[in-house]
Amino acid sequence: MKVESASKTKSKLRVDPPLGRGATFHFRRDWELYLLLLIPLSFVLVFKYAPMSGLVLAFKDYKIARGFWGSEWVGFEVFAEIFAKHDFGRAVRNTLLLNSLDLVFSFTIPVLLAILLNEIKNVKFKRVNQTLLYLPHFLSWIIIGAIAYQLLSESNGVINNLIAMLGGTRVPFLQEDTNWLISYLAIGIWQSMGWGTIIYLASMSGINPELYEAATVDGAGRWRKVWNVTLPSIRPTIVTLLIMNLGRVMEGSFERIFALQNKATTEFTTTIPVLVYRWGIESGNFSRATALGLFQSVIGLMLVLLADRVAKKLGEDGLL
Amino acid sequence: MKASVNTLALHRKRRFDVWDVLIHLTLILASLVCLLPFLHVVAKSLSDDAFVIANKVFLWPEGFTLEAYSKIFADASILRSLYVSVVVTVLFTVLGMIITICAAYPLSRKQLKGRTTLTFLFMFTLYFTGGIIPEYMLISNLGMLDTWSALILPPAFSAFNLLIMKTAISSSIPVSLEESARIDGAGHFRILWSIVLPLSKPILATLSLFYAVGRWNAYQDALFYIKQRVDLRPLQLKLYYLVIQASESFQLEATQVSLSNPEVLKASCVVFATLPILCVYPFIQKYFVQGVMLGAVKE
Repeated sequence: MKVESASKTKSKLRVDPPLGRGATFHFRRDWELYLLLLIPLSFVLVFKYAPMSGLVLAFKDYKIARGFWGSEWVGFEVFAEIFAKHDFGRAVRNTLLLNSLDLVFSFTIPVLLAILLNEIKNVKFKRVNQTLLYLPHFLSWIIIGAIAYQLLSESNGVINNLIAMLGGTRVPFLQEDTNWLISYLAIGIWQSMGWGTIIYLASMSGINPELYEAATVDGAGRWRKVWNVTLPSIRPTIVTLLIMNLGRVMEGSFERIFALQNKATTEFTTTIPVLVYRWGIESGNFSRATALGLFQSVIGLMLVLLADRVAKKLGEDGLL
Repeated sequence: MKASVNTLALHRKRRFDVWDVLIHLTLILASLVCLLPFLHVVAKSLSDDAFVIANKVFLWPEGFTLEAYSKIFADASILRSLYVSVVVTVLFTVLGMIITICAAYPLSRKQLKGRTTLTFLFMFTLYFTGGIIPEYMLISNLGMLDTWSALILPPAFSAFNLLIMKTAISSSIPVSLEESARIDGAGHFRILWSIVLPLSKPILATLSLFYAVGRWNAYQDALFYIKQRVDLRPLQLKLYYLVIQASESFQLEATQVSLSNPEVLKASCVVFATLPILCVYPFIQKYFVQGVMLGAVKE
């Protein structure tokens, strides 16, 4: 702080108020803070809260001609209508299926990878590996999708070329339902396995080295130390992340599926966000699509709250 | 500490451990899995069409040629998309940072009345949103479909980034520093400008990169909101139509009525769109790692 500027403004000296002053006092003292808050507040109100009022469409029979307010109230009719749809059941099943499978693979592999990375003592080797492993996380799903087709396409993908060269038969990795599902999962693992290690590595770096030394003195081998020192130390992190991910099992990445889907494989690509897109933006049935989106948000919110409860019960930090 | 590391190293040197080798090999393999797909696409993009059609390109270009790239640079619509992406990313990042700072600083002041309510108001958006269709209708009602602002304004507030910024400010800037500034007569604007922001440079860099890379890579909103105005398509969306959906042909391809294999062109488009990220990646990686760790730390 410059001395001269300080003395010049001495007349405007601010002192924290004694407890129990009224709202005017707080406002007079902190008006600058409220002024700053106006900017983010207006963005949140317009772009986050205003759309929430649009959720009433789920309870109306929206007709463009009659407009947002003029359309007729129909209660839960729209929900009854979508619950009866074949695509609805499929979308819910697929959303849960893809997310649970993701949880099984994309969640466990980073833990294993982090344990391996933690065993590396050569800093340079570790850093080079980390740089390469983090790379896919920085690519957009469009680019990943495009690379996937270059690699996995049946007629000219390089992996099929290799298979053919070795005398095998070409596999329609992305053009057949079950294969698509496996490719989808593998690509997810590929994209996130390195990135997922960061949090575990951070919590591993906080482990007291004396624990390892004590274990060595007691004659513990490498895997014994991993099992009895490393894993117990990162257990809270694993549990918190697992619960967080369980809470998100109804969500789904639109971008990932949309970039990887194609006309040949519709069995597993119809998830809730994709169906919302098809019903709403492609077909213009706003009421139905809004109802589906609301269904997902409400279940998602309940799951997150539940996950938070469970985490706190287990003595972990929770999310909220 | 140093001594113990040395003795550990000695222990390690004394015996040859087969697990050591296996762990190194596994990690090398995993890293190659991350790298090789991209190398293959690069090799393809630099190869001659004939070799690609014959499925002869693996990790090294065959019949080296830059023809595909010269086609890309001659295609005005791709360059236009690059321009759109750059402009949108820059404006979006600046706006996003302003919003984040304006929210994070007040909310990190413990004396602010209504702080809990306001924080809840902001954070609630992490867990519940109107969803795709209500947001689409809002953009449509505001007349923002097919405009630049549709790509810049709606996602500019990020509760996640706010959380990180708020945590960083309250944990890295000592209250005493701020108090002494207040006693010297500095107002909040002054404290924010000359104390908080200069001290938060690392986190500002991290969050700017979060915003920039996120905006650069996202295409969902562009897919929804940019319909008629082809000249407003960001690079990722352009790439979607060109490479994945292949519903659109390259300008030059359309004029020649040749049936040349577009695989090389697709590959070079992928490389073209990835290069900006790859060029900055080595430098921004560490900021991202810091950001992830801050995001994991709760207040």
